[in-house]
Amino acid sequence: TMAATKANKEQKYDRQLRLWGDHGQESLENAHVCLINATATGTEILKNLVLPGIGAFTIVDGHIVSGEDVGNNFFLSKNSIGKSPDKLLDNDPEFFHRFTIVIGVQLPESTCLRLGSVLWSASVPFLVCKTYGLIGYIRLVVQEHTVIESHPDNALEDLRLDQPFSEFTNHIQSYDLENMEKKDHSHTPWIIVVAKYLDKWLSEHNCQAPKTYREKEAFKLFIREGILKNENGVPEDEENFEEAIKNVNTALNPTKIPSAVEDLFNSQQCSNITSQTPSFWVMLRAVKEFVHNEGNGNLPVRGTIPDMIADSQKFINLQNVSAVTYFCPKCSGLCWCVGKNASFLRVVRCRSLAEEYNVDSVNKDEIASCMDNPDSEMVFYLMLRAVDRFYQQHSRYPGVYNYQVEEDISRLKLCVNSLLQEYSLNVNIKDDYIHEFCRYGAAEPHTVAAFLGGSAAQEAIKIISHQFVPFNNTFIYNAMSQTSATLHL
Amino acid sequence: MADAEEPEKKRRRIEDLTEKMAVDGGHCDISCDWDGRWNHVRKFLERPGPFTHPDFEPSTESLQFLLETCKILVIGAGGLGCELLKNLALSGFRLIHVVDMDTIDVSNLNRQFLFRPKDVGRPKAEVAADFINGRIPGCKVVPHFKKIQDFDESFYRQFHIIVCGLDSVIARRWMNGMLISLLSYEDGILDPSSIIPLIDGGTEGFKGNARVILPGMTACIDCTLELYPPQINFPMCTIASMPRLPEHCIEYARILQWPKEKPFGEISLDGDNPEHIQWVFDKAQERAAEFNITGVTYRLTQGVVKRIIPAVASTNAVIAAACATEVFKIATSAYIPLNNYLVFNDVDGLYTYTFEAERKENCSACSQVPQDLQFPPSAKLQEVLEYLTENASLQMKSPAITTTLEGKNKTLYLQSVKSIEERTRPNLCKTLKELGLSDGQELAVADVTTPQTVLFKLNFTT
Repeated sequence: TMAATKANKEQKYDRQLRLWGDHGQESLENAHVCLINATATGTEILKNLVLPGIGAFTIVDGHIVSGEDVGNNFFLSKNSIGKSPDKLLDNDPEFFHRFTIVIGVQLPESTCLRLGSVLWSASVPFLVCKTYGLIGYIRLVVQEHTVIESHPDNALEDLRLDQPFSEFTNHIQSYDLENMEKKDHSHTPWIIVVAKYLDKWLSEHNCQAPKTYREKEAFKLFIREGILKNENGVPEDEENFEEAIKNVNTALNPTKIPSAVEDLFNSQQCSNITSQTPSFWVMLRAVKEFVHNEGNGNLPVRGTIPDMIADSQKFINLQNVSAVTYFCPKCSGLCWCVGKNASFLRVVRCRSLAEEYNVDSVNKDEIASCMDNPDSEMVFYLMLRAVDRFYQQHSRYPGVYNYQVEEDISRLKLCVNSLLQEYSLNVNIKDDYIHEFCRYGAAEPHTVAAFLGGSAAQEAIKIISHQFVPFNNTFIYNAMSQTSATLHL
Repeated sequence: MADAEEPEKKRRRIEDLTEKMAVDGGHCDISCDWDGRWNHVRKFLERPGPFTHPDFEPSTESLQFLLETCKILVIGAGGLGCELLKNLALSGFRLIHVVDMDTIDVSNLNRQFLFRPKDVGRPKAEVAADFINGRIPGCKVVPHFKKIQDFDESFYRQFHIIVCGLDSVIARRWMNGMLISLLSYEDGILDPSSIIPLIDGGTEGFKGNARVILPGMTACIDCTLELYPPQINFPMCTIASMPRLPEHCIEYARILQWPKEKPFGEISLDGDNPEHIQWVFDKAQERAAEFNITGVTYRLTQGVVKRIIPAVASTNAVIAAACATEVFKIATSAYIPLNNYLVFNDVDGLYTYTFEAERKENCSACSQVPQDLQFPPSAKLQEVLEYLTENASLQMKSPAITTTLEGKNKTLYLQSVKSIEERTRPNLCKTLKELGLSDGQELAVADVTTPQTVLFKLNFTT
């Protein structure tokens, strides 16, 4: 039955629903992923998308399975379209338009660039993955990816103590700390304690809030003096006051709009709203209008408070005062979601492959500055590019057979040099890396494929669900040293 | 080019190749290796390179060692364990044992890919072993549906490398302690052949870590106990009289109401029993209504009662991959192993951080330094007990304290056996002096966090 299936799915997906919610799960189940090349890396990525419940997948792979393939691949090719991606690009490039995301694995440079161009024009996100020896490479290619629910790890609370909203001001009037019984005094939420003492401080300091280190320390002392004392003059144990003192520094943070959000307000998509504009930008514009009108220069209040020492009633009352409801008959919860996450809205824009590969637009600065350290992960990016060049020239990868390893070193070195020359890159690539890449012989060891399988799959899930923030735009993993880097190419 | 072949010829060729691969067969000997099977692995074992371990020598024997001799123990057949078994099997390891005391649950199926709905209720170790042995010809995974504590030194000693995919700090510490107990010292010098490397992986949502531990040489689990965040336990007074969050209401039902009302008789609360969770959920909702607290849901109730940690396939895949890479490096000396801790987080972009965790000079597990207990003779035994459990470097769970008095072994306090607990409970209120303990007295402390007792020396302060 439908109900039984739904209950079973909730059980099965329980552990991940706690991360991206039912709506995130729904976006996964409505997605159709295209995997190009069911190599070990490809099937590992796919496994990590099938397990969380991706709706549909299509595999495009023109290769015949070899003994070597079965050695590092947990899966047999099933449901694979026996055409190569190059053939599809020749005959039916619009084939790729139907997908939520295309994941291309172990692609030769020419195929990769052709596919990149088609997908860029069709605004289909493209994830390029490669396992080459002990090096993993992932490249995200997406024009504009919007994120409302970025779920930041350590977000600051939105307390507004420097610009209290009217309901809050009214609420704290009801507290008279000087004339409270100990029980109530000790269980007053620290936010209210700080707000009350701030009020007093402002009236005594010409409306200047504590700013310098010394002023904040004085303010903390001011609060500490408010702790009740017993008949012997010994301060009582008031944990809520200790909490207040501990939180003074963050509580006094001035309310302001994060610069990342300001940038979004100033972007072209926000200014030019048309009937084609995606809802993210329409919502963002609405937030911008709010800021300039009802918000008095501030984002909508987030509406949540952290847990703190307090009795139930005082806490719940404060919570209700802070809570925000968004009344909107049209948007089915989107307004509320945007309002709650206004400080955390993010947009990720990746450069196209064409921009990365074009001599005129290559990011020379990034490459050169990383290569100040000749052992930085950037060297692996350059080696992968050199190896692609080798493949173009020789129709094979270097060092695949034992007898080739030695001979190919000088050939690969020529490719490295021509690469650096073509892009006018004044960097030095140590011979050791050239040797190592010949040694790899284009091997795709399973554990490196599996590492990429997990990483790339989660990036794909971020793209599909629009939750959490994807990387931008090149990820290099080095299994020799267990290090990684994100490069902006 | 393959595309130019006639479809029928192509179909027959694929069939032929597929038959030769015999992926569905389960019982082959070494000779079932087909042409090219280990090509991807061979390149790292048979070719010299500029970044290999100083001890590395290219040879065809390394592969034979992996296939025929190297014995690996995988602890846990869950999220990390399934991935580890696959990774090891596809890297050439064939002699693998796996230990897991759990059975399969529906909620495992979003990531523990060796299991199917029909396997729910069966032991994880057994189903995992079956699947791998059936899918990877030649691989011989031996399952153990047991707790790690069910085995002694003679079991663990047989392995070259042990890799853990556990979900409990206590179990990790126990494993850590077991490998440390296997170390042998001669004249104070550690015998390297007694070291069994421990690779430990852990995940939680989108975060994970992988570390390499060489017991007696590098930082052990207990050296870095502070890296493990303490479990969240709400204060009893909050739960009992001042709830603010839906979680407080749930804990009220679980901790206070269940033992009092015994809704299903003398049975203790079973987080896997939907009826039990439903009861807690209903009671929690009642309590929440009393205090105008919103947010009690069935999902939250389950999460709090079972202390559920969110989990996805991807993080487990990444961490298990890193761990398996290290197992390979150590088994083959192909590369210098991770030194020694990798942190991974893909909440915002893809982030890794690698560092060397340092040994703690006076680590209670691996330093061999006698542990110091500083208390005045007027301190009560209760205070010593609290120190053992609350100190950040010790974090014992329910320590049992014994000592030798007048030549006889005496239990000062033990919690895990009811009759002994009742008999020794009065000791908690007695002072160390009253208990007959003297300055320099040795106390032997046993706890679930270690397979061996930890010796403490009592130092009286004034």
